[in-house]
Amino acid sequence: MSSVPAGGTPRVTLGELYRGFLYAGARGFGGAMPWARRMLVEERRWLTVQEFTDVFSLCNFLPGPNIVNVSVVIGARFAGPRGAVVAFSGLLTVPLLVVLTLAALYSRIGTMPGVDALLRGVGAAAGGLVLATGVKMAEGLPRTARAAGFLLAAFVAIGLLRWPLVPVLFTLAPLSVLAAWFRRT
Amino acid sequence: MSPLVTLALRFMVLSLVAIGGVTSVLPEVHRVAVDVHHWVSDAEFTQLFVIARAAPGPNMLLVSLIGWQVAGLPGALVATAAMCLPSCTLSYFVAHTWERFRGAAWRRAVEAGLAPITVGLVLATGWLVARGAPGGWVAYGIAAVTTALVLFTRVNPLWIFVGAGVLGLLGLV
Repeated sequence: MSSVPAGGTPRVTLGELYRGFLYAGARGFGGAMPWARRMLVEERRWLTVQEFTDVFSLCNFLPGPNIVNVSVVIGARFAGPRGAVVAFSGLLTVPLLVVLTLAALYSRIGTMPGVDALLRGVGAAAGGLVLATGVKMAEGLPRTARAAGFLLAAFVAIGLLRWPLVPVLFTLAPLSVLAAWFRRT
Repeated sequence: MSPLVTLALRFMVLSLVAIGGVTSVLPEVHRVAVDVHHWVSDAEFTQLFVIARAAPGPNMLLVSLIGWQVAGLPGALVATAAMCLPSCTLSYFVAHTWERFRGAAWRRAVEAGLAPITVGLVLATGWLVARGAPGGWVAYGIAAVTTALVLFTRVNPLWIFVGAGVLGLLGLV
């Protein structure tokens, strides 16, 4: 396992990167994000709570599949361009194999008996896992009215009012960054 | 034009506008795959969506499956690469530049500003997935129990998924 020198970045080899993201992708039913966070922050401790939130924030504002972007950014941080390729490949290996196998079986059998029923259960649990991940991420935020206010605004706009993501993101983000800038100590 | 080239071009463009991931460009993926190029029918699109959700991993696998329908394994690989490479390359260089400003006051303000919004979005996503789960109150119950178990116990969420899947298979959800 990786060692964390005081105040520095942990040493992570290419093999560890590949296995870490392979494992995150392979378990990622209902989305790989909670599993990638669990692997990076709780199991292997390559990132602190705050570091993960910062990387994920950055990737949220960039286009493309978020967690795929996270794999590239984390891979690059620990092992340069090769690390990016290795982490990316690790994340996608199992999901691609599984989905293509399912597709091949599906075209042969015609239906996927049980899959719908299975997904009803797993889908609900996946929602709960994402919620719990959000709560854990919230615990790493500063306890300020500013953070609480913008968190609530984003939740209400997207989760309750179901406004479209992009305008919400690009309205709230500049306001929140400005507020953080003027409140900085 | 070869279908592989069309696939690549279409998904490379989508890759660069998909802020929030594939979910946010889902209507456009549908329009391109069903209405414009007739790669799949409306019913097939829905079936592929279900298969993509059944597999672990990022939610972008739908794109791989559309590629598979168009041109088999090469199609799947081309579609996946096209959906990832432009945005990954952008992320790589943005993150590289970002690292150079580690410790800068403005970068700390950007991170402090973005973090609560990101967390709000994650919570909203979990809420929407849990609310949208078919199965009514049993499904909400599974979501609530999962949240509580993950927060307050050290049980591996994978076991919760297995249990929830079994409840589904038994027809209880």
